[in-house]
Amino acid sequence: MPQGKVFKYGDHVDTDVIIPARYLNDPSADNMRAHCMEDLDASFHTLVQKGDVMVAGLNFGCGSSREHAPLAIQLSGISCIIAASFARIFYRNAINIGMPILECPQAAAEIQAGDEVQVDFDSGRIRDLTTGKSYQAMPFPPFIRAMMDCGGRLSYLRRQMEGGQ
Amino acid sequence: MGMTMTQKILAAHAGLDHVEPGQLIEARLDSVLGNDVTTPVAVDVFENAGFTRVFDPERIYIVLDHYTPCKDIASARLCKRARDFARAHHITHFYDTGSAGIEHALLPEKGLVLPGDCMIGADSHTCTYGALGAFSTGVGSTDMAGSMASGTCWFRVPSAIRVHLKGKPGKDVSGKDVILHLIGTIGVDGALYRSLEFSGPGVASLSMDDRLTISNMAIEAGAKNGIFPVDEVTRAYLENRSARAWTACDADPDAVYEQVVEIDLDTLEPTVSLPHLPSNTRPVREVRGLKIDQAVIGSCTNGRISDMRSAAAVFRGRRVAPGVRCIVIPATQEVYLQCIHEGLMDIFIQAGCAVSTPTCGPCLGGHMGCMCEGERAVSTTNRNFVGRMGAKSSEVILASPAVAAASAVQGAIALPSDL
Repeated sequence: MPQGKVFKYGDHVDTDVIIPARYLNDPSADNMRAHCMEDLDASFHTLVQKGDVMVAGLNFGCGSSREHAPLAIQLSGISCIIAASFARIFYRNAINIGMPILECPQAAAEIQAGDEVQVDFDSGRIRDLTTGKSYQAMPFPPFIRAMMDCGGRLSYLRRQMEGGQ
Repeated sequence: MGMTMTQKILAAHAGLDHVEPGQLIEARLDSVLGNDVTTPVAVDVFENAGFTRVFDPERIYIVLDHYTPCKDIASARLCKRARDFARAHHITHFYDTGSAGIEHALLPEKGLVLPGDCMIGADSHTCTYGALGAFSTGVGSTDMAGSMASGTCWFRVPSAIRVHLKGKPGKDVSGKDVILHLIGTIGVDGALYRSLEFSGPGVASLSMDDRLTISNMAIEAGAKNGIFPVDEVTRAYLENRSARAWTACDADPDAVYEQVVEIDLDTLEPTVSLPHLPSNTRPVREVRGLKIDQAVIGSCTNGRISDMRSAAAVFRGRRVAPGVRCIVIPATQEVYLQCIHEGLMDIFIQAGCAVSTPTCGPCLGGHMGCMCEGERAVSTTNRNFVGRMGAKSSEVILASPAVAAASAVQGAIALPSDL
């Protein structure tokens, strides 16, 4: 069950601040990690540790369709993004690459930066271990869960196509 | 319950008689698009998953437009990756430097997206083709990869906001002002997960270029797509562009909309978006005099011939203000050539503008006009997020081509009528 320290951001965090376009000419993992969140939180890439959780407000990931955005966050070690809402292309991209995301406005409002948070994807339960509070997000529907269990959309699709032949 | 234009197209491509908002469907795609930033990532995913064949080499469109002509070695590598893939898979519609243009200006021009089509593109502004009565939406590289293999994609059927247009736009008011006004009204997440469906008597007064600009920025309101009904303007635009048959999808009279927004084009004013969100709109008259360092006229939003004409009409016999750089970028080779034929190039160059070969370039702070700390641009592009056109402390003000050109001449935000 993923557990980690919270990095907290506001509303309308756009893909240009998650990974600025000036770095997209080199989509290597090292480059993505080094510049993730740079224009919003310059110290993020030095402080983040594997398993940490990102919490944000409304419309997280708005703007460009660059898959580099959820990828950069995933490569940084973030285990789950919790937001009040997500921009739709970011939402799709995150699911497609197997980056867990949960929509939960109450958790997004109350959980504070630095809190220790635990997330259960099976039930959609979010526990703030620092405050002792719990929140309920909608768990993934079965077909999305199946896609994530396969390791993303492509493996899922491949399995389907092979099954059909 | 009746269906919206979007729901009808999705139902037809999923082989269903009826769909409901929220329903998850798998739809057949008419085409799949990618560019030099997203295609290389999609190619990695495609190959890593073990796919060896694309579903139809004639229905995959790859356009190298973001960092081209290649700005550095790293971007040249990205282009090579996309180019090699296009060659290996015999992709018919592969557009490289010299034939390319900005993807969302190029595809309509070449008749590659038609009314009633269902298509995806690994670029957020793929929603542009709603102007033609198609369902098109932006996705990421993994979706592009999967759909290149299967020719299908999964969607959640969206509910819709109806944007009822009435009246006729006045002098110096364009499609850009309509969409900026709409985003200012409903917010950058005002249409999240939903369709924007444009309708009403005002539609007829909008040219195809205006409609392409409006649909292009539907994503800036969070929308899945932004679609127009097919009418005489659409038919005239499509003439001689494609031999492929198409079927228009009208909304049912009893289609259900979550919300209706009315825009009176008669009273609409030239509008800008101030930093750092497209929803931060103001009438130009309220922010006149804000100093600028740079003006950019181009992009998938406003790089078409009518945009070039509108800017040139302002520049004719005038000069860019001292201390201001003005960069003009016709969006495609065809637009570029047309600018030469109509004498617009003479006007731009005599006014002191730098004119570039087609590229997305400065819109995303890629190249051809990045800004340093503290600089401010007026730009006909689509996003004014923090750091979008360069340094984190640089600023972008979104505007129409006429307002951007007038501001370039004045050295500060201005209306054409101020000159």
